[in-house]
Amino acid sequence: MSALARTPLYATHRALGARMVAFGGWEMPVSYRGILEEHHSVRAAAGLFDVSHMGEIELTGPRAAAACQALTTNDVRRLDDGRVQYTLLCREDGGVVDDVTLYRHGPERFLFCVNASNRAKDLAWIEAHAGGATVVDRSAETALLALQGPRAAAILARLTALDLSTLGFFRFATGPVAGVPAVVSRTGYTGEDGFELYVASGDAVAVWDAIMAAGAGDGVAPIGLGARDTLRLEAALPLYGNDLDDATTPLAAGLARFVALDGDDFVGRDALRAERAAGSPRRLVGLELRAAGIARHGYPILADGRRAGEVTSGTHAPTLGRAIALGYVEAAHAAPGTALAVEVRGKAVPAAVVPTPFYRRPRAGTRPKGEQ
Amino acid sequence: MEAPETLRYSEEHEWVRVEGGVAVVGITDHAQAELGDIVFVELPAVGADVTQGKPLGVVESVKAVSDVYAPVSGTVLEVNDRLGDSPEIVNGDPYGDGWMAKVTMRDASEVDRLMTAAQYRDFVAKETS
Repeated sequence: MSALARTPLYATHRALGARMVAFGGWEMPVSYRGILEEHHSVRAAAGLFDVSHMGEIELTGPRAAAACQALTTNDVRRLDDGRVQYTLLCREDGGVVDDVTLYRHGPERFLFCVNASNRAKDLAWIEAHAGGATVVDRSAETALLALQGPRAAAILARLTALDLSTLGFFRFATGPVAGVPAVVSRTGYTGEDGFELYVASGDAVAVWDAIMAAGAGDGVAPIGLGARDTLRLEAALPLYGNDLDDATTPLAAGLARFVALDGDDFVGRDALRAERAAGSPRRLVGLELRAAGIARHGYPILADGRRAGEVTSGTHAPTLGRAIALGYVEAAHAAPGTALAVEVRGKAVPAAVVPTPFYRRPRAGTRPKGEQ
Repeated sequence: MEAPETLRYSEEHEWVRVEGGVAVVGITDHAQAELGDIVFVELPAVGADVTQGKPLGVVESVKAVSDVYAPVSGTVLEVNDRLGDSPEIVNGDPYGDGWMAKVTMRDASEVDRLMTAAQYRDFVAKETS
């Protein structure tokens, strides 16, 4: 086995007492004080994540926009400078190469943020479909921090002159944070308000320390991959390798709103159009278990005692206090309210298809339920 | 890591406290720390027959599922029902209120094959080094 890669914050994680694990070829913190406590910190206050293992791949030049359009399922023409798109790279057969975010820094400069475990595959795929655009892997020189939670904006505002109050969801701005150059993106993987900060690798520790200091009074806590997974699963955000892979399509995964089938051509469009016309044979659904037990990746989903699908992600949802799961089921069993079961160690545990996301954050300015 | 002198320990990180012909069984402090926050405990039925080294129950933490193996053979006399509603007790008090089952032993000499506290501490030190 080759040695695991380490982010610029490795020593910081060790000093904080993190429990480290191998993930996507990287040695990453899985938790610092416990997954449940970290999960609740993000929902109640704010959490800081090192996600520098993610890859950043830049496309530049007069052919860059056309290459992005041809590579991705979403409509790149809807991007303007300072806007981010969630989108997918697909194969000719519609299978998902990766799910990514795409940043437009300028009409001739785009940046993909890709999953760590897919970086090499994505780079080769993008280069093969670059159509004359210049492709540069910026992963090694780039660190990525995520500051997430209801206190994130207040904390970050103390460290930057950028006007965060006008920075909308899936928008980004460029400017100093804690005195170093940064790209501040109002995006995340937790279901909370928050930011992802792209900084030079050499600045990562300074920015991390500045955020921890600025947010101390707000209860900002370092968050590992364990809580990152429970947070994203409550928000029903898919994880590549679990809920998406090259044998699943964005339509089956319920991601049709990120697939512009009637716009310009892209790799996989014909296959996905055919799937739309015929209907996806299986669908990714949210499940809630209705009796004791926890569904895990790979467990069978049963309909009337017969195998009708498989769990792709499952956990005990800390905010909800219930066992939740995502899984693919035959389309006939995909409607919310359908009674199914998950086979947990040989026992059928009753489960119901429920609407996703499982958790939706309370929006600022919305009145409590019951008031007019 | 805590490992009380009065208990015996298995290589699968269970502990045994002998009370007459009955073995009280749980998982060790090291095991609960490795698992992290425990959110679900599945225990055998009272009256079930268990065999040393074979599964007795299951603990699930937020991140993983782990079998609990019977450190001795016998018949399940009692299980800790409190863990159904409050599995986190195992994290907080693995050797006390976090006990899992009481087993009427079939062969008390099986206990002699388990590790002492000092042996278990060495075992964990080797396993984690």
